[in-house]
Amino acid sequence: MPEVWFFGELRDAVGGAESVRVEGATIRELLQNLGREYPRMRERINQGIAIAVDGVIYRDDWDQPIPEGAEVGLLSRIAGG
Amino acid sequence: MQHDSKFTNQKFKLVGTRVMRPDGVDKVTGRARYGADTFAPGQLVGAILRSPHAHAKIRGIDTRRAEKLAGVKAVITSADLPDLTDGDAELYNVLENCMARGKALYDGHAVAAVAASDAETARKALKLIKVDYKVLPHVTDVDEAMKPAAPIVQPRVRSKYRPGKRTNVAGVTTYGHGDVDAGFAKADVIIEKSYKTEQVHQGYIEPHACLASVGPDGQGELWVTTQGQFAFRNRCAALLGMEMSQLKVTSSEIGGGFGGKTHVWAEPVALALSRKANRPVKLVMSREDVFRASGPASSTSIDVKLGATRDGRIVAAHAELRYGGGAFPGIWGKIGAMAAWACYDIENVRSVGYEVVVNRPKVAAYRAPSAPMAGFAVESTVTLMAEKLGIDPVEFRLKNAAREGTRASYGPTYGPIGIVPTLEAVKKHPHMRARLGKNQGRGMACGFWFNFGGQTCADLAIGEDGTVALSVGTVDVGGARASLSLIAAEELGIPYEQVRCNIADTASLGYNDMTDGSRGTFSSGMATIFAARDAIEQLRQRAAKTWGIAVKNVAWKDGKAIAKGKRKSLTLKELAEASSNTGGPISGHNQVVADGAGVSFASHICDVEVDPETGATKVVRYTVVQDAGKAVHPDYVEGQFQGGAAQGIGWALNEEYVYGEDGRLQNPGFLDYRIPVCSDLPFIDTQILEIPNPNHPYGIRGVGETSIVPPLAAIANAVSDAAGVRMTHVPMSPPRILAAIKSSREEQELTR
Repeated sequence: MPEVWFFGELRDAVGGAESVRVEGATIRELLQNLGREYPRMRERINQGIAIAVDGVIYRDDWDQPIPEGAEVGLLSRIAGG
Repeated sequence: MQHDSKFTNQKFKLVGTRVMRPDGVDKVTGRARYGADTFAPGQLVGAILRSPHAHAKIRGIDTRRAEKLAGVKAVITSADLPDLTDGDAELYNVLENCMARGKALYDGHAVAAVAASDAETARKALKLIKVDYKVLPHVTDVDEAMKPAAPIVQPRVRSKYRPGKRTNVAGVTTYGHGDVDAGFAKADVIIEKSYKTEQVHQGYIEPHACLASVGPDGQGELWVTTQGQFAFRNRCAALLGMEMSQLKVTSSEIGGGFGGKTHVWAEPVALALSRKANRPVKLVMSREDVFRASGPASSTSIDVKLGATRDGRIVAAHAELRYGGGAFPGIWGKIGAMAAWACYDIENVRSVGYEVVVNRPKVAAYRAPSAPMAGFAVESTVTLMAEKLGIDPVEFRLKNAAREGTRASYGPTYGPIGIVPTLEAVKKHPHMRARLGKNQGRGMACGFWFNFGGQTCADLAIGEDGTVALSVGTVDVGGARASLSLIAAEELGIPYEQVRCNIADTASLGYNDMTDGSRGTFSSGMATIFAARDAIEQLRQRAAKTWGIAVKNVAWKDGKAIAKGKRKSLTLKELAEASSNTGGPISGHNQVVADGAGVSFASHICDVEVDPETGATKVVRYTVVQDAGKAVHPDYVEGQFQGGAAQGIGWALNEEYVYGEDGRLQNPGFLDYRIPVCSDLPFIDTQILEIPNPNHPYGIRGVGETSIVPPLAAIANAVSDAAGVRMTHVPMSPPRILAAIKSSREEQELTR
């Protein structure tokens, strides 16, 4: 079960936790499970979020598999110029 | 559909060459059509009435006299843009920014608009609109706005900064890891410094302009200068209650955007005017309008604390970053906090970003938004620390630089990254060994930007003569048409000249995210590769059908289908000519979520000469070293490096929004807001590093933004070296430099 780390203000959506363990073989499964467990996180996910899997940042490609032992982090989406 | 986007290290024949740009002739001969360069039968002229006050309650707007003026076809206020945002706070902010709703929140805020038969009538009509204002106290300075007694800009803003109370601080975000206090306890040297940067505008030469048309059947068209035709369609349709498919948005050529054209400003107003007048409406912002009422970058106030051991290892770092977002909550402090320490491997690190609302225009992205200000504060302090420790600033950075496996200060662990190679290149660069003259100084600094990809779509149509029309949905802001044509030609094995790349309108292609986040060539390049491979698959099938063999026995090489094991081949042109009776038109298509954009790093070197009598600074030499992953068209990559540096030089030395005591902008024009011109700049030398992005088939990274991050600090370090006094306030205009020199001399006198 991957350990998901939260960066920045996203910790507020999981009661201040730095990380939690959530089931999920893909980004989609992981986010769905997170949203089920943490309603405030579901709101944040709906607003747009970025997911770092082993350092690679994904925004919309929720089909990405999460390899065994991968480092998974959630962070805010940002704007660019 | 899933695609394998991993880097393949393929050898290129065309990618990496400096071919002729396809838009060059049109642009130098004046044929290129920008936002204001299109016309429609019966079109009207739109004009906007703007608040002269920084903060005022609107008690009433009387439009009757304007409506009666001959030639006036429509007058609108916020009542004509009803709230259809359905609780979407961000969309409501956009709506309120397009047209004030009960309160004017900054000097220049739109309060009403007219559509008239000509410009003179439109101007007269604006003068006939009477607005009853009650002027309110205002605040334009970011530090003042955070004080408990400051005038409240947006009563609906709430945050944990002052729980349960009204505040101008719309958000507080903390990033970092480790135990910062314990880290500082281990430090032999600690430096604390405060910095300020003033508000700047992107300074694009083409003002915002559009031609809007909404018919009585509810169908609409918008021709507009934008960085994202699809995003503009979605925003405008939502604000006006239109279905997306009923609004076709076409992007014009763009005369610069740099983030400022990722947001809608006057476009919903133009559409609302057209809908009311039942005529097309052209609306072109004046330069004054652009300064007062489009989206500049934040002004900031930043505190940095850095601790290191005597041997040159950073053991703790902390930054507080306060970003003015204009009159609406933003995400700018958060991005600044994320970017602040990203160049370094620090065990104990923290950054706190504050979103502060002030009575200024709504801030928009500006090329690596928020990173240059954070970089200015951090990189100035890093150089100070190196000086204090007696270590060469490049060596000090190399000792502390982030590497593959470093946990980034904003959270994730880095994969392969390029900061160390840029620093090694700087160390070896002849610029670092060149002799400096009298009153000259040298500085260097690093910079970081995230980069991203996003939703992308491309079509590749093969004509019966074998030429290729490539349609993409990312607006070409920096040469993408040449780069994408090169990529299509490379994949198909045909000459570059055989491909023409077009920017599709919203009715001709699936959704594409905007050209921002340095994503244009990264993401549309990926979609083009896969669309070309889709077309090749069809070409192989046509050849197989022609020869009566299995598709698996047909290979594609050098622009030809080849029957394996036989001396038979068909060129792309031959297959295209025969397409009508082998299955019809041949085209390739791809839609992809182009994620996995690699982060980007740059290191810059700068020499300046400071006149101690006048405080005037001249940049005498400048070098940019940056990782491009793979430079598809090196001329354009160098152009991006040079352009970012040039904008950074202007930001560092000259550019500044100046507000009066009355909260009005004092310098809304290029005479008083001075961007650098050619004679202000040296030739900007560039060195492209190519460290492949493992998540792109060609190894491409975005290159458009990072080059604006290091200049503020590189120049501050150079000016401080030349003037003998640390500069902590950008822009380093002559009065600020003279004041710093005077203050330093006075301090020295006192300590004697």
